[in-house]
Amino acid sequence: MNTTIVFQSLLGGTLIGVAAVLLMLTLGRISGVSGITSGLLSLSIKKDDFWRIAFILGLVSGPLLLGLVGGEIPEIVVDTRLPYLIAGGLLVGFGATLGSGCASGHGVCGIARISPRSLLATGIFVAAAVATVFFTRG
Amino acid sequence: MKTFSAFIAGAIFSIGLTVSGMSNPENVIGFLDIAGDWNPALMLVLLSAVVVTGIGYRLAWKRTQPLFDEDFFVPTSRILDGRLMTGSAIFGIGWGLVGLCPGPALSSVVSGNSSIYVFIIAMIGGMIMQRNLTAFIDGQNKAVSA
Repeated sequence: MNTTIVFQSLLGGTLIGVAAVLLMLTLGRISGVSGITSGLLSLSIKKDDFWRIAFILGLVSGPLLLGLVGGEIPEIVVDTRLPYLIAGGLLVGFGATLGSGCASGHGVCGIARISPRSLLATGIFVAAAVATVFFTRG
Repeated sequence: MKTFSAFIAGAIFSIGLTVSGMSNPENVIGFLDIAGDWNPALMLVLLSAVVVTGIGYRLAWKRTQPLFDEDFFVPTSRILDGRLMTGSAIFGIGWGLVGLCPGPALSSVVSGNSSIYVFIIAMIGGMIMQRNLTAFIDGQNKAVSA
């Protein structure tokens, strides 16, 4: 790990934190991407849908805005085969809604609040992911 | 203003994921692969994000209400139940299989990588399955106790 990567990691992490604080300060909401997304998946249209859609549009267009100011958009490499890709997506969606959060909601916002639920959730999903990588890529 | 603030927060969040390299599954797998060539970058990203969020939340909560809403909507439950643990374990397995989770997947949509689209569609499918299954089980339990 060289100094550039350390700098990019700390800068990126700080920006993630700034975004989470901004959403709390303005709307009083947790920046949990799975919760914000799954909140949209009911058939009825709710007042809350608008900010959820706006947050997701922001997420999607972030790299474009970064490109506009001259930032470098890194290449995305997904080397997972199709069956595992589909299984992974299903498990991530199912698990995050059942466990009330993903890496952003539990991992960032929850640990920052020192929530016992989020600390436990993060410990469990990191352990499960480490074990999965060990058995599938070892 | 609510919608605009949410958009800006989403955009900054996504730029953070992109700048840190965490929208790239290779870097996430590199962190999870402790037996291989371990890449600790994710830990630095999480650490800095948690410190900034922790300090910022406490400053924000000094206000009686958020700028554009009437209340802070913060989960208050402290119950460590089976759903939390099972859900997190299932999420972790999926995360380890691909190296993607909801935030990075959505912030990589513009990469045009078709694997990202497959993952997002499957993820939304998983969320809908969970909702229906939980509603079904709750319905069954209610029927039994009634």
